[in-house]
Amino acid sequence: MLKPRLIPVLLLKNGILVRSRTFNFHQSTGDPIGQVERFVSWKADELIYLDITRSGMYDVEKTMNVIGSTTSKKNSLSEIPDNFVDIIRCISPKCTIPLTAGGGIRSLDNISLLLKNGADKVSINTKALEEPSFIESAAKKFGSQCIVVSVDVKYDDISHQYEVYSEFGKKPTGHEPVSWCQEVEKLGAGEILLNSINRDGTGNGYDLPLIKKVAEKVSIPVIALGGVGTFAHLAEGLIKGKADAVAAANVFHFTEHSIINAKKYMKSAGIDVRI
Amino acid sequence: MFESCKVRIIDYGVGNTASVSNALSLLGVKAVITKDKKEIEKSTHLILPGVGSFGEGMTNLKKNGLDNLIKNQVLSKGKKILGICLGMQLLASKGFEYGEHDGLEIIPGKVIKIDNSISKLHLPHIGWNNVNLIGNHKITRGFEKEPIFYFVHSFHFVPENNECVAGVCDYGEKIVSILEHQNIFGVQFHPEKSHDDGFHILRNFLSI
Repeated sequence: MLKPRLIPVLLLKNGILVRSRTFNFHQSTGDPIGQVERFVSWKADELIYLDITRSGMYDVEKTMNVIGSTTSKKNSLSEIPDNFVDIIRCISPKCTIPLTAGGGIRSLDNISLLLKNGADKVSINTKALEEPSFIESAAKKFGSQCIVVSVDVKYDDISHQYEVYSEFGKKPTGHEPVSWCQEVEKLGAGEILLNSINRDGTGNGYDLPLIKKVAEKVSIPVIALGGVGTFAHLAEGLIKGKADAVAAANVFHFTEHSIINAKKYMKSAGIDVRI
Repeated sequence: MFESCKVRIIDYGVGNTASVSNALSLLGVKAVITKDKKEIEKSTHLILPGVGSFGEGMTNLKKNGLDNLIKNQVLSKGKKILGICLGMQLLASKGFEYGEHDGLEIIPGKVIKIDNSISKLHLPHIGWNNVNLIGNHKITRGFEKEPIFYFVHSFHFVPENNECVAGVCDYGEKIVSILEHQNIFGVQFHPEKSHDDGFHILRNFLSI
């Protein structure tokens, strides 16, 4: 049978890895390229790289200080301002598992470039909300299997409503998550990466009611993200949240063999993971 | 190790050719990504990758005259071919994705949508699934335990003759995952993205 997937998410800001909290605070955690081989050998099932650089330009000097030691692409990197693509190109030959790249995708050409440089899938967020037909064009051109639509959701404590946000969680869109995810599916998305803004970086666990609501109402796979602080949260996302895959960022950054231990835990919780 | 292999990855605009060639590089094989007739004729091993839809795949192959070239190379010249994902499906006689389309007709069979009406499983079938190996086949030799591979697809290959089936996985119904018929091989999963077990399949193909 199909094994539920465990997916580390790596956030890149100005070309360096960061951890994030409620989409606001970002702390540097190091080299984006060196992590790949470790994650692959620890049996991560996929990798998602998201570029959360807001200005569009990189602080190249700072980037070089961090990644210069592990890559010989120093010169070419500093010559290319849009170096997320360059980072993907460095990662992909070592990434013998599926690689998703996302963040700031605005055109079919952006997608094409990422795929040509070794990404297997792309994750689209703000552009999909601004122009839903973009999902359809992307799915037609590249196939649904490589179009992941990322959906950032905020829960309002006062109104008790969920709402989809765009632009890195900054802009409310008026979309209710379930209907938006159903629309995304109809337009040809292959998967949904469902993230909770409130839970991001808190370590309090997934927003399980949100995940369950969406997973039960769409027929494409749902990847849960946002809030994992313990390995038990990963198991909850699958068992209680009914997600097809569980993703997390921060929890994997600071511990050696994090993926191996996470999978051991999941196995002991009765989940048939790939080990 | 594979010095005598001349691998050509067929470039017809819908494949993840970079990933396949990256994987072969890790095995020490420099593959050429090409749609050039002369290049393809030089090959010992052909790889037909592919993501996307059946109809579009066939249209793109035909546009470049690659359909007849592949058939000639494989059926008359006996070249070894490995179809990956859509590339395996295109070996069939017919595909039923967005209408009915003729395939390459190299392995008799049809490509139809996975039936999830009873299982209610999500489609596409995305992720790692173990494959139950069947019979003695060259493409699957040397596995010590049941291998596990990365799949991403909504349609599957139903061959007319089950003798060519070398592996199946379970996703609500039995999904043909590995095909072998003489010099013709196909895998529904992505060996180039299936870590050790995927690389094992690629090594087997290159050793044949």
